[in-house]
Amino acid sequence: MIFFKSLFEDKSYVPKSLNSKVENISIQDFYTDNNFELKSLFKKNKYIVINIWASWCIPCRQEHQFITRLSSINNLKIIGLNYKDKKNNAQNFLDELGNPYDLILKDPKGTKSIFLGAYGVPETFLIDDKLNILKKYIGPINLEILNEIEKLIL
Amino acid sequence: MIKNFLKLFLFLFFIYFLNTSNIFANNIKVEQISKNLRCLICQGQSVYDSNSEFALSVKSLISSKLTAGDSEEEIYEFLKSKYGDWIVYEPVLNKYTLVLWILPLFLFIFGGLLIVRKVFINRSLK
Repeated sequence: MIFFKSLFEDKSYVPKSLNSKVENISIQDFYTDNNFELKSLFKKNKYIVINIWASWCIPCRQEHQFITRLSSINNLKIIGLNYKDKKNNAQNFLDELGNPYDLILKDPKGTKSIFLGAYGVPETFLIDDKLNILKKYIGPINLEILNEIEKLIL
Repeated sequence: MIKNFLKLFLFLFFIYFLNTSNIFANNIKVEQISKNLRCLICQGQSVYDSNSEFALSVKSLISSKLTAGDSEEEIYEFLKSKYGDWIVYEPVLNKYTLVLWILPLFLFIFGGLLIVRKVFINRSLK
């Protein structure tokens, strides 16, 4: 009975992340390659969404429309973190689907994402002005998550 | 002329040797550490075995942290702070894993006592 029941259970295990605060790391701008501190992006009373994306990631295409919808919210800054990507391909992706990001950073080796406690692409973090990670969404953003983010910050 | 050339050659060879031996030592350490880490998105594999983007990033981070002078323990602590204790294969001793650590010891003692008791009873019967 126990074995039969366990056949239908979800075997994947997603541990609760202990990483509740964003670490101040030095990170590169996608366009200019300039290095700056992540902390400098945070402004009072403004929420930040960090969305990890790549042009080679298919679910990123699906979620892009929802990221675009998020960008219309007033007290929210959308930061894209381009993950292990080629600049040309990433630019083509943005040209094709539009650029909803207020700022794009890059993570060519994937090591910066580890400082955020990320697993891969796509992944999205909702962060408040005190650098607390309020929510972390593994996988593509959908309408349900979009509504949840709106509820959390408004 | 030849002497100077030879000196230069030896000097360059020495620098090359130092560099490669450093890289070699670093790679071995990365292998050792990544074998103790669980790949979080490809379950059942270690970071060392996996070629997922996540595992490759972790390996690259370990390498850069080792070059920066971090110790093995510091790297484990860093990854645990980001992903929780689940990322290391060896379970940490805390209130949640206490039973896991103590149960085998308890069973060992209990089993031992049972055997001793059985032996003594058998002897006394004889």
